[in-house]
Amino acid sequence: MTTKMFGAPVQRTEDLRLLVGNGRYLDDLGEGAYEAAFVRSPHARARVTGIDVTGALDVDGLVAIYTYEDLSGRVAEPLPLLIPHPALTHGRTAYPLAKEFVNHVGEAVVMVVARDRYLAEDACERITVEYEPLPPVVGIENAHRADRLVHEDVPGNCAAHLVQEVGDAPAAIAAAPNRLELRLDIERSACMPMEGRGVYARWDAADASLRVYTSTQTSTGVRAAVAAKLDLPLDRVECVTPDVGGGFGVKIVHPWPEEILIPWAARLLDHEVKWTEDRREHFISAAHERGQLQTVRVGFDDDGRLLGLDVEILHDNGAYTPYGIIVPIITSTQLLGPYKPGAYRVDFRSLYTNTVIVTPYRGAGRPQGVFAMERAMDAIADHLGKDRTQVRAINFIKPEEMPYDHGLLFQDGRPLIYDSGDFPASLDALKKLVGWDEFEAYRAQARAEGRRVGIGVACYVEGTGVGPYEGGHVQIETTGKVNVATGLTSQGQGHQTVFAQIVADELGVPLEDVTVTTGDTRRFPYAVGTFASRAAVMSGNAIALAARNVKAKALRIAGEALEADPRDLEIVDGHVRVKGSPGSSVALGTVAVLSNPLRYAFDEASQAATQLTGAADFSKPPVAEDDEPGLEGRDYYSPPTATFANGMHAVIVETDPDTAEIRILRYCVVHDCGHLINPMIVEGQVHGGVAQGVGGALYERMEYDEHGQLVNASFMDFLMPYASEVPKIEIDHLETPSPLNPLGIKGAGEAGVIPAAAVFASAIEDAEGFPIVRMPIQPSELFHLRKRFAAGEIPALRRGADHAAGTHR
Amino acid sequence: MTETQIPTEQRLDIRLNVNGVLRTATVTPRRLLSDCLRHDLGLTGTHVGCEHGVCGACTIRVDGKPMRGCLMFAVSAQGHEITTVEGLADADGTMHPVQQAFRECHGLQCGFCTPGFLTVVSAFLEENPTPTEEEAREAISGNLCRCTGYQNIVKSVLRAAEITHERRAEQAEGDAR
Amino acid sequence: MKPPAFRYHAPTDLAEALDALDGVGHDGKVLAGGQSLIPMLNMRLAAPAHLVDINGLAELSYVRTDPGGVAVGALARHAEVEADEAAHAVVPLLRQGLRLVAHPVIRNRGTTVGSLAHADPSGEMTAVLALLGGSMTLARKGATRTVAAEDFFLGPLESCIEPGELAVAAYFPRLPGRTGTEFVEIARRHGDYAMCGVAAAVTVDDDLRITSARTAYLSLSPVPLVLDLTDALIGRTADTAEWNDAATLAGASLEPEPDIHATAEYRAQLARVLTVRALRTATERAARVEPNPTAPSTTDERSA
Repeated sequence: MTTKMFGAPVQRTEDLRLLVGNGRYLDDLGEGAYEAAFVRSPHARARVTGIDVTGALDVDGLVAIYTYEDLSGRVAEPLPLLIPHPALTHGRTAYPLAKEFVNHVGEAVVMVVARDRYLAEDACERITVEYEPLPPVVGIENAHRADRLVHEDVPGNCAAHLVQEVGDAPAAIAAAPNRLELRLDIERSACMPMEGRGVYARWDAADASLRVYTSTQTSTGVRAAVAAKLDLPLDRVECVTPDVGGGFGVKIVHPWPEEILIPWAARLLDHEVKWTEDRREHFISAAHERGQLQTVRVGFDDDGRLLGLDVEILHDNGAYTPYGIIVPIITSTQLLGPYKPGAYRVDFRSLYTNTVIVTPYRGAGRPQGVFAMERAMDAIADHLGKDRTQVRAINFIKPEEMPYDHGLLFQDGRPLIYDSGDFPASLDALKKLVGWDEFEAYRAQARAEGRRVGIGVACYVEGTGVGPYEGGHVQIETTGKVNVATGLTSQGQGHQTVFAQIVADELGVPLEDVTVTTGDTRRFPYAVGTFASRAAVMSGNAIALAARNVKAKALRIAGEALEADPRDLEIVDGHVRVKGSPGSSVALGTVAVLSNPLRYAFDEASQAATQLTGAADFSKPPVAEDDEPGLEGRDYYSPPTATFANGMHAVIVETDPDTAEIRILRYCVVHDCGHLINPMIVEGQVHGGVAQGVGGALYERMEYDEHGQLVNASFMDFLMPYASEVPKIEIDHLETPSPLNPLGIKGAGEAGVIPAAAVFASAIEDAEGFPIVRMPIQPSELFHLRKRFAAGEIPALRRGADHAAGTHR
Repeated sequence: MTETQIPTEQRLDIRLNVNGVLRTATVTPRRLLSDCLRHDLGLTGTHVGCEHGVCGACTIRVDGKPMRGCLMFAVSAQGHEITTVEGLADADGTMHPVQQAFRECHGLQCGFCTPGFLTVVSAFLEENPTPTEEEAREAISGNLCRCTGYQNIVKSVLRAAEITHERRAEQAEGDAR
Repeated sequence: MKPPAFRYHAPTDLAEALDALDGVGHDGKVLAGGQSLIPMLNMRLAAPAHLVDINGLAELSYVRTDPGGVAVGALARHAEVEADEAAHAVVPLLRQGLRLVAHPVIRNRGTTVGSLAHADPSGEMTAVLALLGGSMTLARKGATRTVAAEDFFLGPLESCIEPGELAVAAYFPRLPGRTGTEFVEIARRHGDYAMCGVAAAVTVDDDLRITSARTAYLSLSPVPLVLDLTDALIGRTADTAEWNDAATLAGASLEPEPDIHATAEYRAQLARVLTVRALRTATERAARVEPNPTAPSTTDERSA
C-alpha cells in the first residue's frame, strides 16, 4: 500500500542538493559573464548636474559605462507602475538610471560593466557625479506636513488617499458609552533575505533570444516585463529562477531596474552579464516596509464590545510607488482580525519620502494592522478593568457566523469574506498552552524575587491564497517518473516536497518518483508569483487538479488495456490495477507509452506496451479528436476569494529593572491554516515568521537621519536576531479546513510574523504598567519611557496600580 | 577629475589545499578567499551574504577551525587545509552527520546560510560531542539565518551529536563482528 | 563590496616584515587576523596602497606566561589566548574579556594584538590592557620600543603606532595577590560590540577588606577609561560594600556619547549597573586568590 503523503512530515527532497553545496543560486551561475556594479546616489534628494567618467576609462577590464543618456527605447522610460489603483492618483516610478533627479540614497545613477565585480567597483569609484543637493523629506510627519515635496508635482506628498467605510463609525463612536483614542507608531524594517537580489542574462544573437536568470518571486512577471521593455516577442524571452536564498516579499517587486538593465546590456554587448547585489546595495536600493503612524478611535460598550472603529493611517511609501498601495490596503482590511468592528471607517494616506521604496515584507501591512487592533483591544480591557482575553472573545466572529462578509474590498479587489475559522477554540488553546490563567501566580512569585514579568496576547486573521490563479502541469514519463511544473517560484518553502506529496497521493506513485520544477517559464509560462502565502493554496490545488486529470486519463487508457471499467481501477505504487485483484495491473510508465501512438521501443516500458495494444481500429485516427498524445495534464486553480487563516500568539517577557533589557521567557503560538500538507514544513514557516517578528519588535529598524542617510546599512548595526535572541517557540495547531479549495488548505508562509509587534507591546506594557505605543522598542527607549513614566509624563495603565497589589492582569 | 596612474595589479599563482585536494589558481592579492573558492575553484557551496563578517554564510574550516571566508584573502590561505561544505560528506557520498541531521530536522529552508552553519557545527561537535541544548544554541549564535528561526537548527545540532554516536556504535559493532 | 587593489607583501620573518613596513611607510597597513581591517577594505572605507601580511611570521605566534604576566605575540589568535590555561591562571581577566570578543569564529582568526592596534574603544582588549596597566611592544627596522597602555591609545581607532612600525607583542601583567577581576558587558545582540562594558579589578586584604578597586570602561570614551574607585569602597568587604557609591563615583567621571543603540544617559546607566556587577564579582573572586601568588611558569609557544 502506498503511504499517504498528505499530512506527513516528509523530509524535503530539496535538501539533498542544498546540504552538500550543490545548490544553484544566482551568483553560482554565469562563470565568465561580465559583471555589473552601480554608482548610486549618496544624496537623499538631489539634481544630477554632471557625470564625468573619464577617470574610470583606464580601469583594467572595464567593458562599458552607462548613464541615463545611453538608455534606449522603452528602457529609457520610467519603470512600470505594477499595480495601479483608482486611489493611487499620484503614482510615481523611477527610471532604471536616474534621469535628472535622485530621490533616495542608493538610487542607481551609473551602471558599470567590467570583467569582474572588483574591477567594476574600481571603475565606479573613479566616476564623478556632480549633484545639486536638495533638502529631503524624511519621516512620516514631515511628509505629511509637506513643507517640502519629494516630487514637485505631487501635492502634499500624497500618492494615494483611500477611505473605506461600513456604517457610520464616527457617529457610532460618538454615541458609545466608552471611547478611547490611541496614537501608534511602527518603524521600518526589511525582508533582508540572506541572498540579495541578482540577475544574469544570456543573449543569443543568432536565435535573437534572451534567457534571464533572476533571484525573483515571479519569473513570469519578469519575463513579461523584460520582453516589453526590450521590445522582444514574449517567445524570445525565457526567465529561469534558480535556487533563491530567501525572498520574504522584496523579490516580488518587478522589474527591478537591474532586471531591465542587465538583459539590455547583455544584448547590447552580445555577452553574458551578471549583477549580484551586495549587502550595502540591498539596504539602500531594494525595499523596506512597515513604517506607519496610526490614529485609532474606538467606541465600545461596558462589556468591551466594539461599536465603532475609526482608523487613520499615514503610510510611508518611500520615494516611488512601483508596487502600488497594496501594503496600506492590506493594513486597512486585515486590521479587523477575528473581530466584528461594529461601524468601521479606515482612512489612509500613502506618503512619499526621500527613502528607499516600501513594498511588501512578509506580513505585508498586516503586522501594522494587528498592532492597531490589538493595542486597541488591550486599551479597552484596561479601561474596563477586564481580562484582555475576555474583551477579545466578546468581539470574536463565531464559527457559526462563517462565512463572514466584512463588507470591504480586500487586496485583490474582491470582497473580504472569511471562509472559516474557530477563533474561540484558538483562544482556548492558546490560553491553555501559555498558562494564561496561572500567570498571576507566576507574576506574584517573580515579583517576590524582584523580577518584573509581563504577558501579552495578540490575534490575527490572514487572507492567504489570493488569486487570480496558478496552474500546474503533470506529466508521467514512460519510465513511470512524474514531472510536475508550476509557474510560481520557491524561496525555501519546500514546494518541491509538498507539491510532490500532493501528486504522490493523487497519482498513487512513490514520492521519490516525482520531480517538481518551479519558477521556470520554459516549463510553465502562466503564473502569478509567490507572495501572500499563496503558493501551497494556489499551486497546490492547481497541481492536485492537474494530477486528477492525468489520473483519469491513466485509468481510461489502462481500462482499455486491461479490458476493465476505469471505475474499477486504482493506482497503487505506480501501477494501475483492478481493485481487489492486484494480479491484473499495468505500470504507469506503460500507460504513458500507450498514451502516445508513436511508439519507438526505446525502453522496456515501450516494449512491454506492445503486448497490450489491441487490434487497431482503422476507422478512427490514432489520436482521437478529443484526446492528446502523452500522459499529461494541465489545470488551473482560480478561487473566487482568498482563504483566511488565523492564529493567536502569547509571549511572556521579563524586563530588567536596572538595564531595561527585555528577555523573552516563553513564546506560544496557536495556528490554524486548515489541513497541513507537511506539518514539519508548516512549523518551520511559523518559526521563521516568529523570528522575524522578534527582530521587528525588539531589534530591527531602519535608522534614517534627517539628511535621509540610512545610518545602519550593515549587519553590524541592523540587528537581525541570531539564535541567541530567538526564544524557543511552542506551537499548537488547529485545522479548520477551507471550504474554498479541493485540498481544504490555507496559506501559512507569513503567519508567524504578523502579531509579533502587537504581542510584545502587550507583554512589555503588562510588565511595566504604562502603555507601549511605538514599536520596535529597544532597551534604551524602554529606559527613557520609564523615566518619563516616573516623571508623570506618561499615564499609568489602570491595572498598573493593581500590579503592585498583585491582584489583576 | 585628474587621473591618477592606475598601477598594474599583481597577480599571484597560489596553491590551496581544499577538501584534501591541492588546487591552483592565479589571483590578485585582494581576491577574497570566499570569491576564490566560488569563482576560481568552482566551489559555489560557500555562500556570500554580507562581506563584512557578520552573517557567517561564508564560513569555512581552516585547519579545522571555522573562519569567515569573506574576511580572508585567498593568498593568506596558502599552506592551510581548507574544508568547505563540499568536503563534509564522505568520499562515498555518505552525508556528514550534521548534514543528515539538518535534513531530518528540517534545519534549513532556503539553504543559503546552511553551508556556514554546517561548517561551524561540524567543528563544534568535534570539540563538544555531547552538547546541551543551550550549548548548541550558543554554538550557532554567530551565524544568521532568516528562514528557520533557528528552532530546527538547534534541534539539528543535537540530532547530529546523536547520529555521530549512533554511527560510532554501529562501527564498533561492525568491527566486533 | 570588494576590496580595492593594493600591493601585497608576504614577509616570512620579522626582519623582512619590518623591511617591508619601512619601505611602504604611510601607505602601508599590516594584515594580521584581518577581522576588522578586511570589512573596512570590503566597504572601501580604507584603501592602503600596500598590505604587509604578517600571517607568515610564525615567530610571532605565541602566548608566553611567566610569573609576572602574559606576553602575547602579534600572530596569536584570540581563541588561542582564550584557551591558554597558563595565561588564564596568571591573568584571568584575559579570558574573561576574550570570551566577549565577537563570536568564536571571529576569535579563531582575529588576533589579540591586532585588536589592540586597531584601538577601537569598543574592543574588549583595550579595556583589559588599560586596566592591567599593560604595554605594547612596537618594532621598526632597527629599533624596538615599549609603550604603556595609557600612552598607546590616542583616540578612536588611533594608536601611537607610527608608519613603519609593527605591534609585535602585548604584555598583560599579573595583578597583585588577593586581586579578583571580572569583565561584564551589555550588547544588543550576543557577540555585538557592547553598548557598555566594564572590567574590574579589586584587591582585598587578609580580612577580605577592599584595599583597591579599579574599573575600565568599554564604548564610553575615545580611549579606554580607567577609574580608581577605591575611595568609595575602601575597608569594606563584599558583604558590606556600598556598591552604588562606587557606581556614583564612577558616573561622575563618565561622559558617554549617544549612538543609534543607546542614548548617552542610558549608556551612563548601564555603566553604573555594570560597575556594580563587575565590582561585586571581582571582590568575591579576590577572596579566592592566593595572597602571594606563585604562578606556574610556563612557556607556551605555537607555530603558525
